[in-house]
Amino acid sequence: MEGTVTAFVLALTALGLSLVFGVMRIVNVAHGEFFMLGAVLAWGFTALIPELPFWGFMLALLAAPVCVAAIAVIADALVLRRLNYEPEATIVATIGLLYILQQSVLTLYGPNAQPVVAPISFRVVLPWFGYSGYKLVVIGAAALLLIGVWYAITRTKFGLVMRATQFDRETAQAFGVPVKLVYAAVFALGAALAAIAGVLVVPLQQAHYLMGLDPLLLSFIVVIIGGLDSLKGTVVAAFIIGLSDGIISMFFSPTLAKIIATLAVALVLVWRPQGLFGARAR
Amino acid sequence: MLKVDAINVFYGSVQVLRDVTFDLNPGEILCLLGRNGAGKTTILKSVIGQMKPRTGRISLEDIDLTALPPHEVPKQGIGYVPQGRRLFAELSVEENLQMGLLARRRGGDVRARVLDLFPVLRERLGQRAGTLSGGEQQMLATARALCLEPRILLLDEPTEGLMPIMIAKILEIVGTLREMGVATILVEQRVESALHVADRIAFIENGRVAEVMTPDRLRDDPRLLHQYVGVGVKG
Ligand SMILES: Nc1ncnc2c1ncn2[C@@H]1O[C@H](COP(=O)(O)OP(=O)(O)OP(=O)(O)O)[C@@H](O)[C@H]1O
Ligand SMILES: [Mg+2]
Repeated sequence: MEGTVTAFVLALTALGLSLVFGVMRIVNVAHGEFFMLGAVLAWGFTALIPELPFWGFMLALLAAPVCVAAIAVIADALVLRRLNYEPEATIVATIGLLYILQQSVLTLYGPNAQPVVAPISFRVVLPWFGYSGYKLVVIGAAALLLIGVWYAITRTKFGLVMRATQFDRETAQAFGVPVKLVYAAVFALGAALAAIAGVLVVPLQQAHYLMGLDPLLLSFIVVIIGGLDSLKGTVVAAFIIGLSDGIISMFFSPTLAKIIATLAVALVLVWRPQGLFGARAR
Repeated sequence: MLKVDAINVFYGSVQVLRDVTFDLNPGEILCLLGRNGAGKTTILKSVIGQMKPRTGRISLEDIDLTALPPHEVPKQGIGYVPQGRRLFAELSVEENLQMGLLARRRGGDVRARVLDLFPVLRERLGQRAGTLSGGEQQMLATARALCLEPRILLLDEPTEGLMPIMIAKILEIVGTLREMGVATILVEQRVESALHVADRIAFIENGRVAEVMTPDRLRDDPRLLHQYVGVGVKG
C-alpha cells in the first residue's frame, strides 16, 4: 500500500519533469523544489483556516499549484527564455533556482518540519490489514490527474500543439504556434503537477524545506528508465520504482532500495539508452 | 502583393542574403533557381519569419511581415512547405493536417477541399506521417500548408527525391493552385520543372538575386543556365 501511494505521487512528479524535458529539452534541476513548494504552501493555506481543515486542504489543492505555476512562469520569463533554452546553461540556471527557492522557504518558513492534517481520516479495514483512508484519496486523485493529463496531451488541441512543438519547434512556429507561450505553459504545467503531488503527500509526510531532493532524484530515475519523452514509460517506470522502493525499504532498508534503483538506471542506460519505452534516437 | 525589399540576412556573423529584392504578384508562380548554398531556402525562411533580416523589409500588401512575431506570419495567409518536408513524423496524417488548420483565418470545410486534392491521404488519416512513402509525405506537407488557405505558398524543392510520376503530380497541383489564385514561390533544382510551370524565374547567386526573367527568355538562351546553375537544359 505504501508503495502504491509512492508510485502514484512519483508518477505525477516525474510526469511534470518528463513533459518539461520532452517539450523544452531542458533538464529542470529545480523540479523537486516545486514539489516542496506545493507541500509548504499547503501548510500555509491550511494554517489560514485551521478551524476548517477540510476546506483549508481543498483551498491548498487548488491554490498551491496555481501559485507554483505562477512562480514557474516568472522563472521561465526571467531566466530560461533569456538563456534561449540552451540545454547546458539551463541546467546551471535551474540549480541556481533550486537554491533560491530552498533558501527563500528556509527564510520565510523556517527549518522545522510542519504537519498538515489530512482532510479526511477514516480507516479502511480489510480482512488482513487496515490502513488510512487518506491514502486511498491520494491514489484516486493522482490517478484522475494522470488520466486528465494523458487526455489533454493526446486528445486536445493544446496537446497536439505541445507534441508538434516537441517534435519540431521551428516548423510548429511556421504554422502559427507561439512557441514561447507553449514553453511557458508547459513549464507551468510541469511545476503544477509537482506542486499537486507535494500537496497530496504533505498530510503523510510533513512539509520541510529540504523535502524536494528525494522526489527530484526519483523522478530522474523514473524518467531515465521510462524513456525521456514517453508518457506511458514515465507512468510505468514510476510504478516499478515506487512499488519496489516501498517493498525493498520495508523488508530491507531504504538505502538498499536507492542502490537498486540507481543500478537499474545504470543498466537501462547501458542496454537501452532511449529508455524502456522511449522512441529510438532520431 | 508580396514585396521583398533589400533584405540582408545573417547566420551569426555570416551574411547569407545581400540586398535581396523581388516581388510576387497574385496568382503568380515565381521560381527561384540557384546552386546549392546560394540562399534559396534562407529567402523562404525570411518570408515565413523564421529568419529576421537585419535590414530591409518584407511586406504583404500593407502588412510589414518583418515587424510581426514569427508565429503571426503564417496567419497572414502564408503556407510553407519546407525543404525535406519537415512533417511531424510521429504524429498522424490527420494531426499534421490539424496543425495546418491552426493558423487559418476563416473556418469552413478547408480540410475536405484539401483532401479532395490529395485523395490518397484520405485513406491514411490515422497513419503515422513518418510511415508514408516519399511521394505521400510530400503531398501531406503540401496539404498541411494548404490547410491554412494561403494566399501565398512557399514550396522548397518539393520534387526532391521523387519519382517522375510524383513530380508531375506535384507540379500539376501547383498549376491548379494558380488557377485558384494562390501565388507560389517555388524553389527548384530541376530546371525542367521551372521552365514548365513558372511565370517568372529568379536566379539566386551567392545570396543575391542575379537576374529575373521569363521562361521563354531562358529557353532562347540556355547559356544563362550554365552560368547560374551549372547545368544545360535537357529536352
Ligand atoms: N543554420 C545555418 N547556420 C549557418 N549557416 C547556414 C545555416 N543554414 C544555411 N547556412 C548557410 O547559408 C547559405 C545559404 O543556405 P541555404 O540553405 O539558403 O541555401 P539553398 O540555396 O537553399 O541551398 P540548397 O540548394 O542546398 O538547399 C549556405 O552557405 C549555408 O551554408
Ligand atoms: Mg535549400
